[in-house]
Amino acid sequence: MNEILDEFELDALTELVNIGVNRAAASLREMVGEQVHLSVPRVALVSREKAIATLGEGNPDTLVGVHQVFEGDIVGRALLIFPDTKSLELVRAVAGSELSLEEIIELEHEALAEIGNVILNGCLATMANMLQRSLKMSLPEILRGEASKFFDLAPPPEAGKVVMLLYIDFALRSREIRGYIAMLMDMPSLAAMKVMLRGFIDRTAGGVVPSNAAP
Amino acid sequence: MSYRILIVDDSKLARMAVGKILGTVHPGWTRVEAANADEAVARVREATVDLAVVDFNMPGRNGLELVAELRALKPGMPLAVISANHQTEIVTRVGEAGATFLAKPLTEAALRCFLDTAIMHLEAARS
Repeated sequence: MNEILDEFELDALTELVNIGVNRAAASLREMVGEQVHLSVPRVALVSREKAIATLGEGNPDTLVGVHQVFEGDIVGRALLIFPDTKSLELVRAVAGSELSLEEIIELEHEALAEIGNVILNGCLATMANMLQRSLKMSLPEILRGEASKFFDLAPPPEAGKVVMLLYIDFALRSREIRGYIAMLMDMPSLAAMKVMLRGFIDRTAGGVVPSNAAP
Repeated sequence: MSYRILIVDDSKLARMAVGKILGTVHPGWTRVEAANADEAVARVREATVDLAVVDFNMPGRNGLELVAELRALKPGMPLAVISANHQTEIVTRVGEAGATFLAKPLTEAALRCFLDTAIMHLEAARS
């Protein structure tokens, strides 16, 4: 399925996501007051079934996600996902350890939306700037459920067999909080993304596009 | 004076981005590329490398671990770690490792600043 984007275009997309998420993580670090550890990003074009299976791996519990729709030349959905059992701990990391459990529960929805907003907007805004396009972002929404629920949302993106699944694990080690960021795009958006990536590659690498992406 | 610079990044595009700016600032320099820490160490062992620009977030060993290895191999070599991850802990650790932190996406001004300082160190070491 990766013939939609060639190896070098996938490399460029991964680098774009890498820069976007790393910058957003620096903002999250300011909110939680401790280092946010990130994995190397992985980008894959997979079937919805495979995406659901991947998201479900190692996450037997209910998941909680903050998701936002982005629209412009490309249309899709960005998600920040972590185990439901950790959501209150993440809120506590942002809101402060001195708050009571009742206060944390009361704040949870608002705090998760704000965390999602900082991470997802930060990431998408960096990517849009580097692609020299503007993206309109919806307000963040909170979703709870099993992995399949996250890939079975009302459009956008339009239901299609292939989705782009890109994810980066993030961790706040002292609080044992782990989660990841995923982005879903449909086929028309991937075709538009291909054109934008060629422009990005030309600007970044000076128009020298190698025939082989191997080092 | 022409120098030999090692560019380490798992992204080919990111290596080319550094190469493009370098081609403007110091077109006569020789560029050597590596896609990970193992390749980088091999490049430094097999031929002279004067300075290096290293990505932070790479599969296998990260940029800081690589900087420590390169320091052990060539103690005086000017080194920069490049990353979009400008979290305080990382910028601090880069400084403690004796390397320069460069933000991604890389700008010509930032790379030029690192290279000017690196040239001063390299010339001082020669004389």
